[in-house]
Amino acid sequence: MAINWFKYSAPTTFYPLAGKLIPWFAVSSAILFAIGLYIGFVVAPADATQGEFYRIIFIHVPSSIISMLLYMVMAGYAALGLIFNTRLSSMMASAIAPTGALFAFISLWTGALWGKPMWGAWWVWDARLTSELILLFLYLGFISLHASIDDPRRADRASALLAIVGSVNVPIIYFSVKWWNTLHQGSTIKYSGTSMHVAMQQAMFTMLAACWLYAIVIALTRVRSIILDREKNTKWINELDEVRS
Amino acid sequence: MKKLSLLSLLILVVRRDLVLAMRRRADVLTTLIFFVMVVSLFPLGVGPEIDMLRKMAPGVLWVAALLASMLSLGRLFSADYLDGTLEQMLLAPQSLSVLVLGKMASHWMVSGLPLVLLTPVLGLQFDMSVPAIGVLMLTLLLGTPVLSMVGAIGAALTLGLRGGGVLLSLLVLPLCIPVLIFGTGAVQAVTSGLNVSAHLSLMGALLVLALVFTPWVTAQALRISME
Repeated sequence: MAINWFKYSAPTTFYPLAGKLIPWFAVSSAILFAIGLYIGFVVAPADATQGEFYRIIFIHVPSSIISMLLYMVMAGYAALGLIFNTRLSSMMASAIAPTGALFAFISLWTGALWGKPMWGAWWVWDARLTSELILLFLYLGFISLHASIDDPRRADRASALLAIVGSVNVPIIYFSVKWWNTLHQGSTIKYSGTSMHVAMQQAMFTMLAACWLYAIVIALTRVRSIILDREKNTKWINELDEVRS
Repeated sequence: MKKLSLLSLLILVVRRDLVLAMRRRADVLTTLIFFVMVVSLFPLGVGPEIDMLRKMAPGVLWVAALLASMLSLGRLFSADYLDGTLEQMLLAPQSLSVLVLGKMASHWMVSGLPLVLLTPVLGLQFDMSVPAIGVLMLTLLLGTPVLSMVGAIGAALTLGLRGGGVLLSLLVLPLCIPVLIFGTGAVQAVTSGLNVSAHLSLMGALLVLALVFTPWVTAQALRISME
């Protein structure tokens, strides 16, 4: 069966599709969260050197990965919107941004909670921490540029350009921060990924999938609200059941 | 209207902006005074121990240069935007990227170059050694054009917005972090007896990268903002 994907690039058709998809993603996300937390807290053994403290990685690592991934997805949608002038892509980009910022913040917050007992400090100017912080700044820049332009078309295009410039800059920033750090104090913490217990890996990957699905649910829900807001003067919106009631 | 060659267009725009800047010398001076003032606030804030100040100097001077360039970026396009010149520039049958490059160049000559020239005096206040001051000047010479060019993207995107100045810093400062890191890194390398050529090459690479891409991106941003 051939599906015409372009059909769903119009808000008119995407709005009901998103509405149908959201419950599926939400339920599978909740199930995966439950499984991941169960494995993480009950099945996975305590770490040899870090004791019980290490368990925060089950939320910390997935949220850092998702925050970086979402920036790329957001920049991709923004580029699509800028190049092909599709309204929906720009709406997706602005729907993803707050979730990305949230994950970046969660990652920094949980990192600080882990750092206090492990490194003895809430904050260390480590390369990873610093680049995550800069990523949060990039998200906030995108959101505030979009918010301060009244005309939605100009806001979409301007913030799309910013997201693209940002995504070109992300690797440069990452490597410069990494190098800056090693120049100052040498490597402080290294993950020895191969020695991880199987249950820990399972918990982490389950949580990663759960966070990813959660991000999809939230982005779709938010994009539905954005569609409702932007298209509120059109006929099809006013014929929707939830709008009429 | 006859089509100018790219070089003569560039010279024309640079000369025009420099003349305009010279007619309004106060704007240039405020940036410079701001730079000197921010740098002078640090010893007052952290105490006059000369060892600590010497260590901090490159970072302080670089951060002050970053902030000073943010301060003047708001004016890069706004005057032309307000009196309608910018609209004519967009309509003109000339390359907008080259026009923008000319504006970036003159912005750097007005706001970046004076900071570089003032650096030795401020470096002496912080008791920096002569080779360190030399390297600091060199990194500022390579780095401040990047600040002007990356900043121009932000200035074009925030054109005519309320609260544009603060927003501009929010957008541009994270993008300028690599320049800051390599700029201060080079000075720290020379004071600890290491080779600085790696840092300087990387800054040169950033400068070339910015030179190639930012005029075009800024031109696109201007087109978005002027729609």
